[in-house]
Amino acid sequence: MRAAAEKGHTSAASLPGIPRASKLITSAVAAKSEATTSSPSTKPGHEVLLFEALQEGLEEEMEKDPRVCVMGEDVGHYGGSYKVTKGLAEKFGDLRVLDTPIAENSFTGMAIGAAMTGLRPIVEGMNMGFLLLAYNQISNNCGMLHYTSGGQFTIPIVIRGPGGVGRQLGAEHSQRLESYFQSVPGLQMVACSTPYNAKGLMKAAIRSENPVILYEHVLLYNLKERIPDEDYTCCLEKAELVRPGKDVTILTYSRMRHHVLQAAKTLINNGYDPEIIDIISLKPFDLYTIGNSIKKTHRVLIVEECMRTGGIGASLRSSIIDNFWDYLDAPIMCLSSQDVPTPYAGPLEDATVVQPPQIVKAVEQLCQ
Amino acid sequence: MYRKMVTLQVMDTIFYDAQRQGRISFYVTTIGEEAINIGSAAALNATDVVFSQYREPGVLMWRGFTLQQFANQCYGNEYDLGKGRQMPVHYGSNELNYLTVSSPIATQVPQAVGAAYGLKMDKKDACAVTYFGDGGTSEGDFHAGMNFAAVLGAPVLFICRNNGWAISTPTSEQFRSDGVAIKGQAYGVRSIRVDGNDALAVYFAVKNARKMAVEEFRPILIEALTYRVGHHSTSDDSSKYRSVDEIEYWRTRRDPVARLRMFLQSNRWWDDENEDLLRQDLRTQMMSVLHNAESKKKPGLSNLFEDVYDVIPQNLKEQEQETQAIVGKYPKDYPSDVPLD
Repeated sequence: MRAAAEKGHTSAASLPGIPRASKLITSAVAAKSEATTSSPSTKPGHEVLLFEALQEGLEEEMEKDPRVCVMGEDVGHYGGSYKVTKGLAEKFGDLRVLDTPIAENSFTGMAIGAAMTGLRPIVEGMNMGFLLLAYNQISNNCGMLHYTSGGQFTIPIVIRGPGGVGRQLGAEHSQRLESYFQSVPGLQMVACSTPYNAKGLMKAAIRSENPVILYEHVLLYNLKERIPDEDYTCCLEKAELVRPGKDVTILTYSRMRHHVLQAAKTLINNGYDPEIIDIISLKPFDLYTIGNSIKKTHRVLIVEECMRTGGIGASLRSSIIDNFWDYLDAPIMCLSSQDVPTPYAGPLEDATVVQPPQIVKAVEQLCQ
Repeated sequence: MYRKMVTLQVMDTIFYDAQRQGRISFYVTTIGEEAINIGSAAALNATDVVFSQYREPGVLMWRGFTLQQFANQCYGNEYDLGKGRQMPVHYGSNELNYLTVSSPIATQVPQAVGAAYGLKMDKKDACAVTYFGDGGTSEGDFHAGMNFAAVLGAPVLFICRNNGWAISTPTSEQFRSDGVAIKGQAYGVRSIRVDGNDALAVYFAVKNARKMAVEEFRPILIEALTYRVGHHSTSDDSSKYRSVDEIEYWRTRRDPVARLRMFLQSNRWWDDENEDLLRQDLRTQMMSVLHNAESKKKPGLSNLFEDVYDVIPQNLKEQEQETQAIVGKYPKDYPSDVPLD
């Protein structure tokens, strides 16, 4: 057992191109934190909560490029339902941080029109589930117009918002939109899971010429981490190697990353050496990083929050089989939510989300 | 203006026939709505951004899209600006500020509001313009777009071609309101109802509306009353749901092109001889343009995979290689005029 591995820290120096190690979070949902601003730092960087990291990324890009603007419900003076746009309306004005009426298809359409004529809008869905109302604009126009116009018009838009299963928010507010959008050609999709990658991905998404959907998770907004002071972005198409290992490749993203890390503590104690990869890029998959891992471990476990049918796991499984069949020693295992609407009752809701003990059991089964 | 209206009419007639002969796969005519197309286009500036539905090629024509370019798009050949990716009549030109047509109804309405928002932020002397039919005013996007434009004070013109029919649905089954102009009032948008077959009326209405929109930062709704003389598209036979007499009446007695012609002729600015010469010349041009477009190659296979993203990603490169391999291996099963590269 490697002592360093027990702590869950990875050494950034030994892994080229990998972003700084993220602290192991001991619970999947961080508790409300104390004030972070006044801590005297002996280490470089500054501590932020995930929603603050997103806000910083957004603010920096808005300062840098006057074409960047934000649209969504209550993003202005209210600061956004999850406070990601806090303070921006005061700083940049009501036009650049636009409060929209409740018409998702409409303001997404507006953003597309604005993007095609030179602006770089960021659309906030108050909850990802509401973006289902914008599906027409997102699939028929956002993903397609660059192609159907023969490359004449680009749509450098970012669509973001909280999704995933929260704390008893009910079925309509607990959706995994990445399932539904993954098939739309022309879109890029990324999921953030830590304050570091949240800020990096936000900035990269804004700078990208393609339409990007940035998936945030309702329960991760209060995660705390120390992030660099200097300007940085994360690559939109690159997965994050969270923990190197040799027994099994665990592929995951968003909140499930933290469940996997929790399970990893038990696994390591029991003598397993899992390699954990946060796939980050949901469309397209970073098959280079994923493939290198599979070539090393020969066993794959996918842990996702999507439902069994038609989720990211289903597509990932298919991609892996197409590309790395010869390297597999066992069938790919995939832990997902059941094909049911998310119930309101607490215990029922917990039962639909993959929990750490399940992950431990799956790895044990895979490694027999 | 009159010449362009005639050009549009001739183009529609000939391209429609071309579709019937199997030369192009699909076409949508604008017969009966030439006055709206050209009259409104003439009243706009070249920098005004246009978001159309699909029955407004006259606007593009006015701005300088050539007959050859129209034909190229319908044939989807290698000279098509859209690179063969959209159905016929889904024109688009970045240079002429005419956004590529997208089939779903009314999706362009909020997009126009978004563009107007950008123009307002940049304080440009330009407005956004969006066209749609009577049917389009039932879509959710129309209502939200109008509402939002009003709240935002966006400089956008909403031009509704109320032509009486949405495929087979007459306006009496589309809405029970007093036409479309009143819908604007409900949202706090200044509205006007215009005789859509009177090219000069349309021109002056749009000219004034544009001034208001740009100078006062407000949206304007223009309801232009007209009649869809042609079928909805080449996939439709409208005699199945409306009387041939009705169609003939509007085609002959209420033709906007003939109306403007009579006005010009009565003022001695035009005569029969000019008319014949013009139509003859246009027909010749049209035939040659079609022939040219037909003889051009189709876009190469690589166009299937480019422009999905700004830079082609690995998975699409792989799919391209797979496709090239298959087409290369079984060339007899694939059309011979599609180059492999």
